Amino acid sequence: MKRVLVAAAAAVVVAAGCGSSAKHAAPSGPASSTVPPRITTVTLLTHSSFAASKAVLADFTRQTGYKLKIVQPSDAGVMVNEAILRKKNPVADALFGVDNTFLTRALDAGIFDPYVAHGLDTVRAALQADPQHRVTPIDESNVCVDADTSWFGHDGRPPAPTSLDDLIDPRYKNLMVVENASTSSPGLAFLLATIAAKGDSGWKAYWSALRKNGVRVDDDWTQAYQNDFTAGGAKGDRPIVVSYGSDPAADVLGSSPHRDTPHVEVIESSCFRQVEFAGVLHGARNVPGAQALVDFMLSRRFQEDMPLQMYVNPIVSGAKLPAVFTKWAVDPAHPYSIDPATISAKRNDWIKEWTDLVVH
Amino acid sequence: MRVGRAGRIAQVAVPLGFLALFFGWPLGAIFAHSLRAGAIADVVTDPFLRRVAWFTLWQAVLSTILTLAVGLPAAYAVARYEFPGRRAFRAFVTVPFVLPTVVVSTAFLALLGSDGPLAFLHWRPGVAPMLIAHVFFNVAVVVRTVGGFWANLDRRREEAARMLGASRRRAFVHVTLPLLAPSIIAAASIVFLFTFTSFGVALLLAGPAHATLEVEIYRQAVDVPDLQTAAALALAQIVAVLAVMFALARAQERRAVAQRLVGAADAARRPRGREKIVVGGILAGTTLFLGTPLAVLAWRSLHVGGRWSIGSYRALGTSASTSTLFVSPWAAVRNSVEFAAIATLIALVVGGLAAVAIAARPGRATRTMDAFLMLPLGTSAVTVGFGFLLATENAPRSIANSPLLVPIAHAVVAIPFVVRAVVPVLRSIDPRLRDAATMLGAGPRRVWREVDLPIVARAFAVAAGFCAAVSLGEFGATLFIARPDWPTVPIAIQRFLGKPGQIYFDQALAMSVILMVLTGVVVFAIERVRVRELGEL
Amino acid sequence: MLRVEGAVVRFGDRRALDHVDLEVGPGETIAVLGPSGSGKTTLLRAVAGLQRLGEGCIRWGDDDLAGVAAHERHFGLMFQEYALFPHRDVAGNVEFGLRMTSSDRAARARRVDEVLDLVGLAGFRTRRVASLSGGEQQRVALARALAVSPRLLMLDEPLGALDRVWRRRLLTEIRAILDRAALPALYVTHDHEEAFAIATRVAIMRAGRVVQVGAPAEVWRAPVDAWTATFLGFGPIVAAEVRNGLVHTPWGSIECRVNPAARAVEAVVRPDGARIDDAGPIHATVVRAMFTGARVELAAVAESGPPLIVVVAPHDAPAVGDRVRLSIDPDALLVYPDRAD
Repeated sequence: MKRVLVAAAAAVVVAAGCGSSAKHAAPSGPASSTVPPRITTVTLLTHSSFAASKAVLADFTRQTGYKLKIVQPSDAGVMVNEAILRKKNPVADALFGVDNTFLTRALDAGIFDPYVAHGLDTVRAALQADPQHRVTPIDESNVCVDADTSWFGHDGRPPAPTSLDDLIDPRYKNLMVVENASTSSPGLAFLLATIAAKGDSGWKAYWSALRKNGVRVDDDWTQAYQNDFTAGGAKGDRPIVVSYGSDPAADVLGSSPHRDTPHVEVIESSCFRQVEFAGVLHGARNVPGAQALVDFMLSRRFQEDMPLQMYVNPIVSGAKLPAVFTKWAVDPAHPYSIDPATISAKRNDWIKEWTDLVVH
Repeated sequence: MRVGRAGRIAQVAVPLGFLALFFGWPLGAIFAHSLRAGAIADVVTDPFLRRVAWFTLWQAVLSTILTLAVGLPAAYAVARYEFPGRRAFRAFVTVPFVLPTVVVSTAFLALLGSDGPLAFLHWRPGVAPMLIAHVFFNVAVVVRTVGGFWANLDRRREEAARMLGASRRRAFVHVTLPLLAPSIIAAASIVFLFTFTSFGVALLLAGPAHATLEVEIYRQAVDVPDLQTAAALALAQIVAVLAVMFALARAQERRAVAQRLVGAADAARRPRGREKIVVGGILAGTTLFLGTPLAVLAWRSLHVGGRWSIGSYRALGTSASTSTLFVSPWAAVRNSVEFAAIATLIALVVGGLAAVAIAARPGRATRTMDAFLMLPLGTSAVTVGFGFLLATENAPRSIANSPLLVPIAHAVVAIPFVVRAVVPVLRSIDPRLRDAATMLGAGPRRVWREVDLPIVARAFAVAAGFCAAVSLGEFGATLFIARPDWPTVPIAIQRFLGKPGQIYFDQALAMSVILMVLTGVVVFAIERVRVRELGEL
Repeated sequence: MLRVEGAVVRFGDRRALDHVDLEVGPGETIAVLGPSGSGKTTLLRAVAGLQRLGEGCIRWGDDDLAGVAAHERHFGLMFQEYALFPHRDVAGNVEFGLRMTSSDRAARARRVDEVLDLVGLAGFRTRRVASLSGGEQQRVALARALAVSPRLLMLDEPLGALDRVWRRRLLTEIRAILDRAALPALYVTHDHEEAFAIATRVAIMRAGRVVQVGAPAEVWRAPVDAWTATFLGFGPIVAAEVRNGLVHTPWGSIECRVNPAARAVEAVVRPDGARIDDAGPIHATVVRAMFTGARVELAAVAESGPPLIVVVAPHDAPAVGDRVRLSIDPDALLVYPDRAD
């Protein structure tokens, strides 16, 4: 009910994100022939999970002279759609947080202008999804199957599962919770992982088996992880959950009372790679500012801040991970991935088939 | 009311202008952008979407009936009987209304999950949990809307019926119920809207197999994305909602009768004899139903690692304080309270004007206005949100840049509550009271201030409590508005819930308890406000 | 002072007021008497300014009140069932009108005490109105209307819901208060005894028209038509014929002193018109006796015609079954043209 509420006014403010810059940029009669005054604010459109250390953002301002204004409407899906709807008169200068499952939609809509960021040479070529450089990869993370190690392996229970195939083993009946692929981003990522693993021909059989094995489908990550996962906040009743590769590190960092070892273990062979991109929005008022921001996001300062803020991995070579990450977070060498264009072309069909198979 | 021409125009123009600017315009923009005739035909004929629409409708009807069934006895007890803690009870029933769905889901799971004391009920997402949650959230609507009106009904009418030989039940069915009908319809229409457009509850508690229209619109607009289908669905939803609202507004108007209202103090008395058992049972049952999940949340928020501790509350002020996502609990509370105050004020003024117009001039025109004012409650947020993006494409941004838009968004949602709470009371004011004041030398404005206002003051207080609650608990719009520098308490809760790790979850619970207490205190305080010289009605 | 001239009020097709003319002189109390639905209350509301006139005008002295809003007319109105403000106590109700004009709190309080004293409610200041008896509420309503010293007082069925004892007492008190203040008043009622008791003149209304205006005794002596006579409780009405200066009734022929030109008529004997008269021409049997305290109302059946009503003192009342002789006072035999004509 709460979200029914008026998004209306909402969007006004979103639209107003670059209010101050708009004033400066608007040509006003004869004055427009003179050099426009330098815009001092750069506006970033991002999703609600975006976080950074205040000190790091202060460094950005110190280094570039731009004040950063952040606009965070809801989740990544809403954000991308807002950017597409306001293509002609964008609400921000730069965008961060479009991932490989939404990328093609954003690129096809033409919301980005090409920009080759400083420091792009230090990023693995495999992550650079757009040869035209309309978007720049910023971070990667892995959607994986997690198991609660404190639950398994005693009282006659089996050891924690270690592969996708274990999950359809009757020993793990009624133990797993996943997210709805049609409403949740990790839910979709896990569906893609199974498609990549089992192929066009095999994934449906795999999901039928999962369903037979009592998989529970929740509509979003919070419900699945926090409420249903045995190692989640509410201590639910399912010791296997679809979540992230960084969860063991998060589990230690967020333990209360404090623990030095995680209760969450990752099935490394179940992971799907998510890459998040940033880009300069087409029609941005502060293009230099937006470019500087993308550069800054590839700087080691920002990259090394990301893991503890957003539980994602840096992608520039030489960026140091916090100790708890190197120790516990899982970054599989060969996660599953599917070409963004293929995802774009087939995702609606896949989701529909999956829904018919698993949900109904 | 006999007010000047300017006043009459303002009564209609202000609410409609407000609605047009902050709701009609964005909605029009998104429809103009993506509504195609073909899409409407596709939506209407799609068997899947028809199933979704049918499910949405029947679960809403059922939820409304159940909510009335649970809420009316409590409304009766609060309105008719004097007992210690009566005001506190009224504030207490409002608390569930503001809680984030996820937190409520957590509480229910703790009670009903596999380790909970009620595990034998086999609580799993599905229709039953969804209905129960709808009742849990919306009981406050019934208790407050109906109870507020009931408190001013003259008890002697029932007594008269009983003297004529009617049993207690017949007196209730044939005398009290018809008199209450307008306010019951008012409450039912709000509950229906909330449950018809259920999003969070449907998403979390009904499970993926039971999507409502609201969920489907969101999915179509954001995930698929197919704005054409989303817009067509949004339009279908609006048409359905309008039809229901028109019918209910008409029914409400027909059943409204002027009657002698009495002071609440005269209508309520201490229960005696068997009434003690009945009233006690109602209060205990309601408290148990609403209070147990709340108590579980409070209890859990005070435990860390299985031991009593206020660690989660302490952590609120410190953990991750260097991050942009950090919200100091005090800042969140302050923002929430400020937004609630402004939203309440706006809603009372705009909704009050509308209520006066609707009560004074019954007929098709005002009924239409009434239904339109309800519309924001029955419209998909995501379509309106996207509509606003389009609508403001060329708008001056200095205006648009104001944090005032948060309380305005809340007010748009709260206005129907004001109308619902105030109109039935205004309609039942004996017109001779106004004439009497006129004959004693009071001009139209003075009559309003001296007669109408004091008599509806209670209803206004009830409405104000609701506005505050709507604003305090509101999450969707605030998230959409996306001002990271003005986080509210629900936003803070959501941020904590989004992070893995026990400590964050515990803080989310602690913050939820703060929200509960804050709501209780604010609603309680508002109800204690008495306008000077007016006395209590 | 107050002049209503040709007042018309329409509700749809119906005329609630149909060319009403009425005057209230200084210090005069006009009782507007009529059955419910006859337009009495509409007349009051029109004078008050709560109801617009379709035609005609209402004047105070020489001023046309058409442009004067109700709250500026300085007329007091006491409502049917009082319309007390439920959200105010007794003093709050009485003080209401004073607050509209005066900001002098102490003066207002003095006046409230004064008026409450006048109506016999001293010490009731802080009582809640819902806790008052009907008579007490009526007094509060009266005090409230009087507190502002209106230039005209209007009372709409002020004693309607009260019991007999209260009615008598309050009627006397209202009369006294009106006299003391020399306050012109319009008093609406459907009860002719009440109207006769309070009024200097009575205006009888029927279907939106004023059919008769006159001093109570005058109206009583000669109601303008058969309907009015019936409304005043005269009866029974019989068909009769006027021939050769005599009214031929079922009870016999009686000298015609009123309206001798008519032929087919309706005749009715005023309650004071039939009396026991040992030499009377009518032989009758008492079939019913109704004791009302100071007098006894007998119904006596003559050889033909409906029973005659005879009012006698209790001490010489015959018993039921007694045979008596009656005579009818020709001055009390009212003759009206037949309505069927």
